[in-house]
Amino acid sequence: MARHIVASTSEIPPGGNKVVDVAGRDIVVFHVNGEFFALLNRCPHEGAPLEKAACVARLTSPEPGVYERSRVGEMLRCPWHGWEFDMRNGQSWFDPKRVRVRSYPVAVARGDELQKGPYVAETFPVHVEDSYVIVEV
Amino acid sequence: MSDVIDRPLLEEEKTAPTRLRIVDCDVHPSLRSTDDLNEFLPKRWQQHLKEFGSHLRTPYLFTTPYPRSSPLIARRDAWPPTGGPPGSDLAFMQKQHLDPLDVEFGILQVLDLFIFSQQNLEFGAAIQRAINDWQLAFWSHRDPRLKASILIGQDGVDLAIAEIERCARIGEYIQINVSPRANEPLGRRRYWPIYERAEALDLPLGIHVGGYGGHAPTGGGWPSYYVEEHQSNAHTIAAQLASLVIEGVPERFPKLKIVFIEGGFGWIASAVWRMDQHFERFRSEVPHLKRKPSEYVRENFWFTTQPIDEPDEARHLRALIEWVGIDRLLFSSDYPHWDFDDPRFAFKAPLTEAERRKIFSTNARAVYKF
Repeated sequence: MARHIVASTSEIPPGGNKVVDVAGRDIVVFHVNGEFFALLNRCPHEGAPLEKAACVARLTSPEPGVYERSRVGEMLRCPWHGWEFDMRNGQSWFDPKRVRVRSYPVAVARGDELQKGPYVAETFPVHVEDSYVIVEV
Repeated sequence: MSDVIDRPLLEEEKTAPTRLRIVDCDVHPSLRSTDDLNEFLPKRWQQHLKEFGSHLRTPYLFTTPYPRSSPLIARRDAWPPTGGPPGSDLAFMQKQHLDPLDVEFGILQVLDLFIFSQQNLEFGAAIQRAINDWQLAFWSHRDPRLKASILIGQDGVDLAIAEIERCARIGEYIQINVSPRANEPLGRRRYWPIYERAEALDLPLGIHVGGYGGHAPTGGGWPSYYVEEHQSNAHTIAAQLASLVIEGVPERFPKLKIVFIEGGFGWIASAVWRMDQHFERFRSEVPHLKRKPSEYVRENFWFTTQPIDEPDEARHLRALIEWVGIDRLLFSSDYPHWDFDDPRFAFKAPLTEAERRKIFSTNARAVYKF
C-alpha cells in the first residue's frame, strides 16, 4: 500500500467530505467527530456517489416504540435508495456479509512529520502548522 | 444483491454512454414554483390556489405526502446547483441524466400539485390544463427528447374530454395520463368515454402510481409507515389492472394501450395467474369477457420497470421478467426520485442483447410510436 496525501485537515470541515482521485479510484474522505474515514465513492448497488450520502446516526430499537441513537454522523445513507453503510469500515447495515463499500486506512499527520519528496505536490503545499489527511491505497 | 466493488472504475464506465440509446418512460419534471404556471393559469385560479390551495383526498391534517424517505422524495444528488427543487432545472437534468445515460426519449410524468387528487374538478381541470401547456413550453420545446402527456382528472369526464380534444389538436402529446386512484376503480363505465377517446386518437393511457384517492391505500386501512405504504403501490395497481380487465375495458376497446408506470412488475405474474384461474371458475359472472384475462393483459397492457424487485439471485429476476413477458416491459428510471434506477446497473438479470434492446428501447418505441 502506498500513502497518498489527499488534503489538509482544514480542507474538510466536520460533517463535510472531499472527493479525491487516488490511483484511479474515486475516493471520498469524510470528517466526522474529529475522525477521518475514506471509502470508495460509489454505492455497490447502482453506483450512486456516496459524497452525497446523508451522514446519519445509527438508529436501533430494542423493542417497538423504543429508539436509540448512537454514533451520530457515522452511518452513511446512500443518496439514491437509502442503503446504509458504516463509515468506519464500509460494512452495510442490512447485509454485512455480502455488501459493503471498500474502505481505506486513513491517518492524520502533521506537515513537518511528512517526508519531503513527491508528496510535496503543487496542489498541497506543506505548511508546518497544518496537518494532513493520508489515505492508504 | 451486489458484490463488493473493489476496483477503480474503468474510464469507459465513468464516461461512455450505454451503447443502446434508451427510452426512459418515467422522468419527473418539477415546477420551480407555482409562479411558473401563471402564464397558463387564469387569474381566477391563481387566486384560488393562493387562498385555498389544494383540496386533497387525504383523511388527516398536514399529511403532505412529502418528504417520504428524503426531501421531496428526491435523490440527494439531484438538487440543482441553481436552486429550486429536483427536476426543475432542464440544464441540470440534461447534464445529470439525459446526456450521460444517452436518453433518446424521456417521457415526462408530472406529479406537482397532486394533480390527480384534486377534489374541486374545475380547479383540477385548470391546473391540469396549465401543466399541460407548461410541459410543452418549459420542457418539450426546449429539449425535443422530452415528451409530454395530457394530464386529466377522470372524475370530471366532460372536462377531461375537452382537455384531451384541446391537446390532441396541438398534436405534440404522446399519451393521456389518468389517476391511479380515482373515486372509483378505473374499470368503471363512467370513465369509458375517456378510454374511447384514447383509443380513437391512438394515444396510450398512462397510469402513474401514487397520490391519494380518498380511500385507504391498502385493503387493511391506513398504513403507519412509509415503507408500509410503499408496498401498497403494487397491490393498488394490481387492483386497477383487475378492474380494467374484468369490467371489460380491453374487451370494449381492443386497440387501447394501457401503460402502468412506477408500479414495478414483480406482482404481475401472480395477479394474472389468479385472474385466469378465477375466470375459469366464475366465467358466468362476467360473460362480457370473451377471452382469458391474461390474454387481454398480454395485448393491451405494458408495465414500466421501476421499482424493480430485487431477488437475491439474478436468475429469479430473469424468471419474473419472462413471466411478465419481455415485450411487456418498458424501461423507466424515475429520475430524480430517491428510488431512481440507473439503466446501466438496474437489471441484475442476465439478458441477451436483443432482450435489452426491447426493454430499454423498442417496446416503448412501438407503444408510443417514436
